[in-house]
Amino acid sequence: MIHFVLLISRQGKVRLTKWYSPYSQKERTKVIRELSGTILSRGPKLCNFVEWRGYKVVYKRYASLYFCMCIDQDDNELEVLEIIHHFVEILDRYFGSVCELDLIFNFHKAYYILDEILIAGELQESSKKTVARLIAAQDSLVEQAKEQAGTISNMIAQATK
Amino acid sequence: MARDLAPEVERLLQFRDPNIRKKAALCSIRIVKKVPDLAENFINPAASLLKEKHHGVLLTGIQLCTDLCNISAEALEYFRKKCTDGLVKVLKDVANSPYAPEYDVSGIADPFLHIKLLKLLRVLGQGDADASDSMNDILAQVATKTESNKNAGNAILYECVSTIMTIEENGGLRVLAVNILGRFLSSRDNNIRYVALNMLMKAIALDSQAVQRHRATILECVKDSDASIRKRALELVYLLVNESNVKSLTKELIDYLEISDPEFKGDLTAKICSIVEKFSPEKIWYIDQMLKVLPKAGNYVKDEVWHALIVVITNASDLHGYIVRSLYRELQTAGEQETLVRVAVWCIGEYGEMLVGNAGMLNQEDPITVTESDAVDVIETAIKCHSLDLATRAMCLMALLKLSSRFPSCSQRINDTIIHYKESLVLELQQRAIEFNYIIEKHQNIRSALVERMPVLDEATYSGRRAGSVPAAVSTSQGAPLNLPNGVAKPTAAPLVDLLDLSSDEVSAPSSSGGDFLHDLFGVDLPPASSQPGGNHAQKSGTDVLLDLLSIGTPLAQSTSMADMLSSGDENKSPADILDKLGSPSGPPSQASPPVGSSSMMDLLDGFGPVSSVPENNGPTYPSLVAFESSSLRVTFNFSKQPGNPQTTYVEAQFVNKSPNAYSNFVFQAAVPKFLQLHLDPASSNTLPASGNGSITQKLRLKNSQHGKKSLVMRIRIGYKINDKDVLEEGQVNNFPRDL
Repeated sequence: MIHFVLLISRQGKVRLTKWYSPYSQKERTKVIRELSGTILSRGPKLCNFVEWRGYKVVYKRYASLYFCMCIDQDDNELEVLEIIHHFVEILDRYFGSVCELDLIFNFHKAYYILDEILIAGELQESSKKTVARLIAAQDSLVEQAKEQAGTISNMIAQATK
Repeated sequence: MARDLAPEVERLLQFRDPNIRKKAALCSIRIVKKVPDLAENFINPAASLLKEKHHGVLLTGIQLCTDLCNISAEALEYFRKKCTDGLVKVLKDVANSPYAPEYDVSGIADPFLHIKLLKLLRVLGQGDADASDSMNDILAQVATKTESNKNAGNAILYECVSTIMTIEENGGLRVLAVNILGRFLSSRDNNIRYVALNMLMKAIALDSQAVQRHRATILECVKDSDASIRKRALELVYLLVNESNVKSLTKELIDYLEISDPEFKGDLTAKICSIVEKFSPEKIWYIDQMLKVLPKAGNYVKDEVWHALIVVITNASDLHGYIVRSLYRELQTAGEQETLVRVAVWCIGEYGEMLVGNAGMLNQEDPITVTESDAVDVIETAIKCHSLDLATRAMCLMALLKLSSRFPSCSQRINDTIIHYKESLVLELQQRAIEFNYIIEKHQNIRSALVERMPVLDEATYSGRRAGSVPAAVSTSQGAPLNLPNGVAKPTAAPLVDLLDLSSDEVSAPSSSGGDFLHDLFGVDLPPASSQPGGNHAQKSGTDVLLDLLSIGTPLAQSTSMADMLSSGDENKSPADILDKLGSPSGPPSQASPPVGSSSMMDLLDGFGPVSSVPENNGPTYPSLVAFESSSLRVTFNFSKQPGNPQTTYVEAQFVNKSPNAYSNFVFQAAVPKFLQLHLDPASSNTLPASGNGSITQKLRLKNSQHGKKSLVMRIRIGYKINDKDVLEEGQVNNFPRDL
């Protein structure tokens, strides 16, 4: 099971966190600090797995972002590397050549995509097409809601409430 | 909440929309983990999910089944019987499926599904021969056909190997698996190697022969630049060691020790030491290896390890000469490694004459001429070296004392060195220097008996005790006797009293866990500060204890008696000199202020409570009592107790001089059995005017842990100087009021 997902920039800024195990707020900051230190200081040629506090942390660097996932001792690390790649590919497909800025400005969408891929620390969909379709459906819903909110009748309804 | 929502989720497992179904499946996993009882409800719906076509639902369904099997044995049985074949078929389909762009990852169709299926098959096949049989074909197919130039393929292979290793015995498949691992090991990708090392650790349990074949590669991995790989490889090497390969492996590891990173050195040293200890074929090899490790990484060697080394050394009596000479050589080159210096200094002290006389030469040794002054030089260099800590320098002083007896010609020079340390600012060194100087100067006759060879340490009791030792509870003051902190040591009375219970106790008390071995060396049972297990000893030999307490009761004895013990197996020699010291005010300067000295001494005897001021007058009053009376002195005790605290008694002692001469340097000492705690405040003065023209008062606090069961009893000793003559008076106070 994946315990948490962390996206850190090269400078140590946290771009995205998702927790699948109970961690208190204080613990979270502690974990982030520790892991940032460990992972950012690793050399380029070293292997992508770090043993940390009895768990394994799998990380992969894409451009300026480090994608980290923490798993149990008996999980398959190579599989998790694939999951990370799966996630990145979907992001890429959605944003079209994704870069860190996209994630900064559209973090809500990034979270939504992550939720379509992982639930409760497990992979839920291995097909990129399906995920893309689902996200597109969600986007259209959002568009609809925005339009509705903009119509005259709605505005009148709001004003007279 | 999980219970409330479970039926809803169950229903949703059969919803028409596959997206809902897959999310419901993962949700069920969470519910089942939280509330294992609900697992039965989910078995049937989960089984139906396994027949899905939609990959997403299939994935999540498989995950649900895996978790159900892990949680509930019933589910495991069910799935094993009903679903194994179906799963094998699904895996076959996926493995053989043609190119499907939707699920393709680097040429393999849906590797995630592959991996999940393999995981479930692993759980189902573990421990069950039938299920394992049905899987053999597909496992073989996956293992051989999957491409391994991409990560996805490797992930599948890794999972496959893991499954093969876990399910029931099948020779052919196992060979296949180990071959794949071998291939992984020699791959250049760090990730793959890491994963292979991980897998090999599990494989060792099943087929260590196969893993031994890869020993060389694994050794290479220990030297890798990647920290994670190094760690894994070292652990694997540790598991690989057996009697036949221990020598070559250790050699490699020790060679690497020299060039390894500091962070890694600690781990590596610990592993080397434990390998050497467990598998050493003969003593001399063990000692050799330790002699190689100590100069390279002495600072990382833990205390138990070098203590064990010393135990082995004392037992290997024919090798003493060889050992001390090798240590001498090493010390010349690597004088900053703490542990090396300690062991070397100890050995030189013990076996100095063998070093100089070249006794017990072994065939492979080169002759080496060491004069007595060379040996002394070496120790003096060590003691002057400021990077070494207190314990080491204390050990050096001890060794110098031993050498002064073994090398009479250097005795004067050693004495000069020791005199230099009498002014040391470090209390421990100062104490030792003063004691040893005294021994050298005034007690030539007993010196050689004092520093005789140590008795051979019993390995069996040592290893037994080490296995049973409790790491946590012992307070730091009860670490190695040589690690006593600077300044007045703060252990409780118990150690000192127990020390003296030596005379009546058995030497080995295997039930006494905890505490450092070197304490146990002397049969000293050092309990953790809180408990007082030796209480019964005090009862059976009450007066003896008190007597011993007073005769050896000095703070110097507290720490240095340990050190003396180190050199003499017989502590009874020390009382003579220490008693003399007590009596002669013209002795060492540390006795300059007797009242303060006595109260601090007493504090050491009875343990530190906070120095509280005695309350003026509280609680029920008790009649005062004449504790001691002689022709020249009277001691009166006045008691008070605080209400609500019946165990503590405040005593004000009053001393009156009955003789026509004034007393100076007046010192009052008291000792109590173990169930009492005594605290002495400083006396009002140390001069007692003649004929009762004035008196000295001193406040004591007694705490009776056996209040009500035992009454107070105390042994007192009073020393003073009259007309430049020292007088000592002793007595026992038995007539305390019963209810105190």
